[in-house]
Amino acid sequence: MAHRGPFFFVVALLLIAGLGAMAWRALELGVPLKPGEQRAIWEVEAQVRFTAIGGPVRASLALPEQQAGFRRISEHTASSGYGLDRTGEGGRRALWTVREARGEQHLYYSVQLMAAPGAVDPPREPVEAEPVLWEPPNEEAARAIVERARARSADAVSLARRLIATFSEGSGESERLLETSYSRPELLVRLLADAGIGARVVHALRLEDGRRRQSLEPWLEVHAADGVVLFNPASGARGRPDNLLLWERSGEAVLTVEGGENSRVHFSMLRHREPAAQAVRSHLGGQGLLDLTIHTLPLEEQSLFKTLLLIPVGALVVVLLRILVGIRTSGTFMPVLIALAFMRMSLTTGLIAFTLVVATGLLIRGWLSRLNLLLVARVSAVIITVIAIMAVFSVLAWELGLNQAMTITFFPIIILAWTIERMSVLWEEEGGHEVLIQGGGSLLTAVLAYLAMDNPWVRHLTFNFPELQLALLALILLLGSYTGYRLLELRRFRPMTED
Amino acid sequence: MFRKRWRRLAARGVVGMNRRNIRYVGAYNDRRLYPLVDDKRRTKELAAEHGVATPPLLATVETQFQVRGLSRFLARQSGFAMKPARGSGGKGILVVTDTADGTFRQGGEALATGEVERHASNILSGLYSLGGAPDVAVVEGLVACDPLLADWSGGGVPDIRVVVFRGYPVMAMVRLGTRASGGKANLHQGAVGVGLDLATGRAVQGVQFDRPCHAHPDSGAHFGELAVPGWEALLAEAAACYDMTGLGYLGVDLVLDRDRGPLLLELNARPGLAIQMTNGEGLKPRLDRVEAEPAGRPAAERAEWSQAAFPRAPL
Repeated sequence: MAHRGPFFFVVALLLIAGLGAMAWRALELGVPLKPGEQRAIWEVEAQVRFTAIGGPVRASLALPEQQAGFRRISEHTASSGYGLDRTGEGGRRALWTVREARGEQHLYYSVQLMAAPGAVDPPREPVEAEPVLWEPPNEEAARAIVERARARSADAVSLARRLIATFSEGSGESERLLETSYSRPELLVRLLADAGIGARVVHALRLEDGRRRQSLEPWLEVHAADGVVLFNPASGARGRPDNLLLWERSGEAVLTVEGGENSRVHFSMLRHREPAAQAVRSHLGGQGLLDLTIHTLPLEEQSLFKTLLLIPVGALVVVLLRILVGIRTSGTFMPVLIALAFMRMSLTTGLIAFTLVVATGLLIRGWLSRLNLLLVARVSAVIITVIAIMAVFSVLAWELGLNQAMTITFFPIIILAWTIERMSVLWEEEGGHEVLIQGGGSLLTAVLAYLAMDNPWVRHLTFNFPELQLALLALILLLGSYTGYRLLELRRFRPMTED
Repeated sequence: MFRKRWRRLAARGVVGMNRRNIRYVGAYNDRRLYPLVDDKRRTKELAAEHGVATPPLLATVETQFQVRGLSRFLARQSGFAMKPARGSGGKGILVVTDTADGTFRQGGEALATGEVERHASNILSGLYSLGGAPDVAVVEGLVACDPLLADWSGGGVPDIRVVVFRGYPVMAMVRLGTRASGGKANLHQGAVGVGLDLATGRAVQGVQFDRPCHAHPDSGAHFGELAVPGWEALLAEAAACYDMTGLGYLGVDLVLDRDRGPLLLELNARPGLAIQMTNGEGLKPRLDRVEAEPAGRPAAERAEWSQAAFPRAPL
């Protein structure tokens, strides 16, 4: 049919929007796809110490930037009497200033980082190799080393590895000569620059739980033609270990202090584990327009939405059972409400309580029907009856020590009353058989809806990815245009498949 | 197993509930027109305007106040059927066949006192209407069964259902009350459904409880003899209901009155699929053929076209 085109377009759009937003939030924001996923949270504290010489002080500390493997959750500084500025040029830095200070000074910066395998490096600006000036004896030694390494390597990366290996083996005379004048990382940068390869020294922190008074390690960042490669200048190992946090990567000093002396920075760190969903939720809520999620709401409303967002799943189960299977229920979406009640009780308690209430209600309704009452009055009478039944069962259960049964009050009373009324009419008109079919169908649907809605995966996904509702909507729209047979129709029309 | 059955059903052109709802009811029946058929009073008025005969209207009960004097008035009638104006699926119909000496009887069985009032009151409070909306009770005079069908009537009046698509009759059946169904023409309560040949109005096959049967289970009258009298007029009247309502996919329920011929009982905008079982044939091939036909022919011509297009070998 011609008018199906736009319909499928809308369905596809909804699906793409829903799943796309979900993928984006999972990959970019690190919202976990699995329920109960735990993530390591690192608390890293940098302690800056120096002796102020009695005058204005400016202390500037490099701060870790967005990088692969970690996501910054929050950061704090503590420094009594100092003004604080965050500067952005040449990498993030904290700048403490004070007009007058004397004696031992302590400045603190702490950051919370979540291990996030999905986080990626921002695009890095390539470092160009700048011409290097050597002292005369060094120049020849350097040239010799570079020539040798170049001869035994194929490209920038292998050249860097070769150079590091040269120094690790640590035998040659030229190497020893050069190492007297330069630190090894700095030397490597100079040698690489000589070979026309951009590189820089970056400062990284090895994260180990419970460590205190740690220092940054210099690492070598080589800007090869096809990307940035990190090397351990001591071992020559390539790539970033999982527990390595790059603290300073723009080639600046980690710490500069004006107006003080004997400055140093130490790091201490702690690891704890937190449910990933919660970590992301509490710290990323409301970051930008695209992440305006339910998690920015107050907790009470959040828990309300937690339930509300499950209802479409229940509706989907009803739609599936109705359209694909053909199960008849008493009241189309009544089973979803019953399933919601089941979720607050346990399934067995719920089933027993439901059957008890409806069966007793039907008995009493049978008597009411003899009174020849008007419909609204009769249903109201049934409502009161249902409440009375609940009260009686609760009290009885309490006396018997069955605390579970107290949850019977979670049933939607009005819905139960209407269910009883409808089933009673059905009984009178179509007989008990039909009541069993529809009652059984309703219960089966309710149980399946409950199983779907109570599934930890479903609960996790609907709450953490509200955009999935769009995909659910698309699915329900698709089902709504399904013209094939219902499963039970295959049985209903069975005589027509014979002979 | 499922796939095999599915293929067979599809090969026979059996229309399922989903397909009916989307492709026929949804596509051809304008929602705005539903009230015309969902309210029996409106249907009756409409039929009167278009010269389509319906059973005589004895009374309408609109308020609880009117319920009180009801049995005194109804006792003067020889028999009646009380229905909710907006009922569905034949629910809430009370038939009284005898009112001698003020006792209401249903085929020999006396009703409890006050039963008629109680029923009317229930109808008014919406017990039988969709969604429990307040309703109106319609009281109609009884229809006298055509003697030519009496052998198969099972005590009631046979009810003829014609499915009319875009004004063309596409399939027909007659529903016969049985002892099992309590005289009601309700198929899943045990009434016999007999498929009818559109060309002649003769029986094609009978089905009770989804089982084929060839004779009325109570009287033993063979369906081979069954032929609906005045078939052409009846088909034309069914076809005319399309022009009357504008509903493209329509179930027309008719009864044959001994004296007045075919009477329109009610119209249904969502006719059921059981007619396929009673005819042993799927609706889809016929609906497909009608979809290819042009619109705008008069009713009698459409009925004639259907007679020629869908002949079946009678029993």
